[in-house]
Amino acid sequence: MLEIVVKLVLVAAAFAVLPLLVGQIEHKVMAHMQGRLGPMYAGAFHGWAQLVADGVKFVQKEDVVPAAADRRIFKLAPAVALVPYLLVLLVVPVGPHGQVAVDLGPGVFFALAVMGVGVIGAIMAGWASANKYSLLGGMRVAAQLMSYELPMVFAASSAAMAAGTLSLPGIVEQWRWYWLPWQAVGGVVFFVAGLAELRRPPFDMPVADSEIIFGPYTEYGGLRFALFLLAEYAGIVVLCALTTVLFLGGWKGPFLDDQLGWLWTLAKVFVLAFLVIWFRVSYPRLREDQLQKLAWAWLVPLSLAQLALTGILKVALG
Amino acid sequence: MTGRDLVFALLGVVAVGAGLLVVTTRQLVHAALWLVVSFGALAGCYLVLTAEFVAWVQVLIYVGAVVVLLLFGIMLTRAPVGPSDELDSGNRWAALGVAAGTAALLVTVLVMGFRGTRLNDAPRCAAGASCPARANGSAEHLGEAVFRTWVLPFEVLSVLLLAALVGAIVLSRTDLPTPLRKGR
Repeated sequence: MLEIVVKLVLVAAAFAVLPLLVGQIEHKVMAHMQGRLGPMYAGAFHGWAQLVADGVKFVQKEDVVPAAADRRIFKLAPAVALVPYLLVLLVVPVGPHGQVAVDLGPGVFFALAVMGVGVIGAIMAGWASANKYSLLGGMRVAAQLMSYELPMVFAASSAAMAAGTLSLPGIVEQWRWYWLPWQAVGGVVFFVAGLAELRRPPFDMPVADSEIIFGPYTEYGGLRFALFLLAEYAGIVVLCALTTVLFLGGWKGPFLDDQLGWLWTLAKVFVLAFLVIWFRVSYPRLREDQLQKLAWAWLVPLSLAQLALTGILKVALG
Repeated sequence: MTGRDLVFALLGVVAVGAGLLVVTTRQLVHAALWLVVSFGALAGCYLVLTAEFVAWVQVLIYVGAVVVLLLFGIMLTRAPVGPSDELDSGNRWAALGVAAGTAALLVTVLVMGFRGTRLNDAPRCAAGASCPARANGSAEHLGEAVFRTWVLPFEVLSVLLLAALVGAIVLSRTDLPTPLRKGR
């Protein structure tokens, strides 16, 4: 009983801290890649408290609901967007020997299913705002989810097939170094499709600020907007954690797997999060047709090829 | 009546209640969102019946894909905020009759097929170890059933889906010669 409580507290702490950390890293990394300094004053040392200050600012703002909006759905949407990522963190293993809050049998499917639910929050926000830009954004969110969910599930299934189990800790147990070349295509497809599902640049068509003024979030301000931002960063953490667990061997590192497992997991998660930020700085936004083409003409065939490759090698070697 | 029965009954009430709201609400988008609640409660029912895999696939496919597709369709055509009066159909009594008939048929089939079947309680899967093969709802058990006993219906269903997929592609392509698009 005590063990479960401790684990839940740890997951809640990770959920509160890791997204903020990724957000702060994004501020600083983007700034340095663009030849600026980024936040420097809040908290004195290199602006470490910038996001805390932002949070305080968001909380102080007035809670506005547009007159034409559907009030209940409008207010519910941020929670629907945020809570699923918290639930996914529950099944992500950070280390060997049961260092996971809940060990679900079909953990892969749980994670993917619950991540898909989070997107409904953005769609609800887009519709309930009663704003044409938000509606356009909501539609784009829906279209994007439908095209990228398929390759994502295929790629994750490939890892599950290779391991012979659907449990996330089980997949890491089975992981060997030769998975890196063997599952490379699946890993890339999973990561790219996940980025698209999170609507991160270069897949930020649904929130394109210069075009449809942040899409579903146009009418949001204050705490509710902050919750959507938090959901975005929590999504990055969850996606990076899932990619780590499925394709990069989770807690397995060059040495001391048993003692330092959680450190290897965290290190891999942050390297991937750095990649996510790097993509944002490097690539221009994809147009809607390019976006759909990438999903259907590249990612789906690639993930199917990966599934075939996994199956063939599994049968040939097994 | 055990705690499990109670939870199952409550989830059933939620599923049916949300289902009723889907057809009675006067707001189009709310109907789709109540559908999410109904599907979610149904997934909960599967969980109580130890069918973990089916439960999460239910969430993945129905909540994550089907409802999103529905919402996209609604938003693409017409999605007013607030109640719309034209959502009532003159067929509602006929629809009620059909729904009641379908429900009666399904309940009869389920009761006749599974009366007296007890849940086979399997211990929860240990970390990394595979579930015991006889756990009712485990992925292993389902996979064996589908790919050994029921492989022919499974393949027939795949062919049906493939036909629908090809049809959708033919309908949506504009660069095909017209006779093909008219179906020759």
